[in-house]
Amino acid sequence: MAYVSVKGGEKAITHAHQWLAEDRRGDPGVNELEVAQVREQLSLAVDRVMSEGSCYDRDLAALAVKQARGDLPEAIFLLRAYRTTLPRFGASLPVETEAMAVRRRVSAAFKDIPGGQVLGPTFDYTHRLLDFALAAEGAAPPEPAPQAEQPQAYPMPNIASVFRHEDLLEHDVRTEAAPEPYDLTRQPMRFPADRDQRLQALARGDEGFLLSLAYSSQRGWGSTHPLCGEIRMGEVAVEFVPDELGFAIEIGEITLTECTMLSGFAGSAEHPPQYTRGYGLTFGHCERKAMSMAIVDRALRHREVGEQADAPVQDEEFVLYHSDNVEASGFVQHLKLPHYVDFQADLQLIRRLRKEHFERRAALKEAAE
Amino acid sequence: MSTPVPARANAPERYYNYAYLDEQTKRMIRRSILKALAIPGYQVPFGSREMPVPYGWGTGGIQLTAAIIGPDDVYKCIDQGADDTTNAVSIRRFFANVADVATTEDTGEATIIQTRHRIPEKPLKAGQVLVYQVPQPEPLRGLEARETETRAMHAYEEYGLQYVSLYENISTYGRIAATAGYPVMVEERYLMSPSPIPKFDNPKMAQNEAVMLFGAGREKRIYAVPPFTRVRSLDFEDYPFETQTWEETCALCGAKDSYLDEVILDDAGDKMFVCSDSHHCAERRAAGHVGPMAGHALDQDAVLKEAAQ
Repeated sequence: MAYVSVKGGEKAITHAHQWLAEDRRGDPGVNELEVAQVREQLSLAVDRVMSEGSCYDRDLAALAVKQARGDLPEAIFLLRAYRTTLPRFGASLPVETEAMAVRRRVSAAFKDIPGGQVLGPTFDYTHRLLDFALAAEGAAPPEPAPQAEQPQAYPMPNIASVFRHEDLLEHDVRTEAAPEPYDLTRQPMRFPADRDQRLQALARGDEGFLLSLAYSSQRGWGSTHPLCGEIRMGEVAVEFVPDELGFAIEIGEITLTECTMLSGFAGSAEHPPQYTRGYGLTFGHCERKAMSMAIVDRALRHREVGEQADAPVQDEEFVLYHSDNVEASGFVQHLKLPHYVDFQADLQLIRRLRKEHFERRAALKEAAE
Repeated sequence: MSTPVPARANAPERYYNYAYLDEQTKRMIRRSILKALAIPGYQVPFGSREMPVPYGWGTGGIQLTAAIIGPDDVYKCIDQGADDTTNAVSIRRFFANVADVATTEDTGEATIIQTRHRIPEKPLKAGQVLVYQVPQPEPLRGLEARETETRAMHAYEEYGLQYVSLYENISTYGRIAATAGYPVMVEERYLMSPSPIPKFDNPKMAQNEAVMLFGAGREKRIYAVPPFTRVRSLDFEDYPFETQTWEETCALCGAKDSYLDEVILDDAGDKMFVCSDSHHCAERRAAGHVGPMAGHALDQDAVLKEAAQ
């Protein structure tokens, strides 16, 4: 009966959750997926969940992927809901991506740059042919890739250093004694958003949403004519100054992907023509996200460079308010909840309006006859 | 009628703080509540947290409840007026687990009532708190998409746009067509969304004895109507505000003055109307009120309960 379906009750919920657990496990004749397998072999899913979940923990992210049955926004939600309960004992020092132990670093702006182009583990230039050999299980692990003959440059100079002597690229100004960065997990969105707030929102933002926005910009909806200055991926040390010590200690190492997009700037009365930058940074290896983020970041800086803003990607209220997939997914899906009280109110009105419509029609007909 | 408090779950198996939120967060929310009570109808931005239920499913209301609840409270949770709707059951179970509170379906017995889309039929009393789950706190959002604009409109008390929209309603439909989430003016200063309650419930907000708190988790806003506050539904002198009425009565309890839900009985157009407020209806039936379809299968729960007693 219709009424019963909306009046669910405790038993129905418990049973539905049991069924969910059963479906998550799938055929019990197939080996259960181990969290370690997810962590090691679905590592890019883990990276995305850590990035958008704002929590660097490979094991927890892998558990979330397993629990969410591979639904990444659901896994991101699980990790966020856990993260929010964690106590905060302080903030790390800013990480130095210039000191990254680079596994991948490419620049599209120059044929060769100091430090060289390092492809690293990339899907680029693979032919997207299904590898049926992977379907056969129990194969020996792949041969390790050959080592480079010469050790790689360390630290690996970044794209800014290439431009430094000519002053062609806007400087990344380091603010000494900067105020504490804006934290969207503690404060609501505020406009106009400063760079810290914008970058945090984009870093937590949905990869698909940012990808489409970046793409729309490339197709002329608020174009920034971006050029990929540099992408780098690798490990950086995280340092923390405990109150009781008063000096920095290394508390761990995390994998990051960083992207700098270059956009030309024709200059103004005060500023000479120069390249401006858009910035993208993610946990783990999330290249598509980092590149999209850099394009969107630059598009949102239209005010600073005096660009006209009429495209969606340039509208910070539009972009920042709608980029969070935990918020978006919850609100879109809340439409599943019963709304029959509102609907009854609406139904009453529409019935009344219909009645009046037919009465008017009948009166008109009568008058015409 | 309230269920007894279960054995304290304060044992090692509790992985979270009492009432889920940490004490610092509760403090931040309580401060926002105090500010909201001091400026009735004003939307206070707050550092809304990610909750273990999705945004849009009551995260604002849950955070408000978590910030004010204590072990001595008696908690009631309704959705669409009913205690047995799935999301209400889920939220009630959450607080029974994390806050060791007694829960109830009895409106009069509850100290905190969390609600989505309704105000109970029974008048609330001093000492009770009604916590609303709010999807969109901004009453002007449908008319102006930008938060920067709507904040300025509230600051300047510039509500002309809202009145124009009501006027356009009248010119198009011959009446103000808003049916739920009908905008109200609080203390003749702030325009406020009453949350998507039917306008039937709007008059209950005026001069109410209880504290009314509104929480919007996703939009990160808290607002409030303190006891005995003026709350006026917008209208015009020649088009006064009016609430919904039904020609039908409640099929189970015969109530003529409660908000009714329409229940489709088959695909031949047969239907019945029943009270949306499930406790109100049950209480009336227990007092001997009988509707035209009393004893219908929908009433089975009550029938079984009585048989058990």
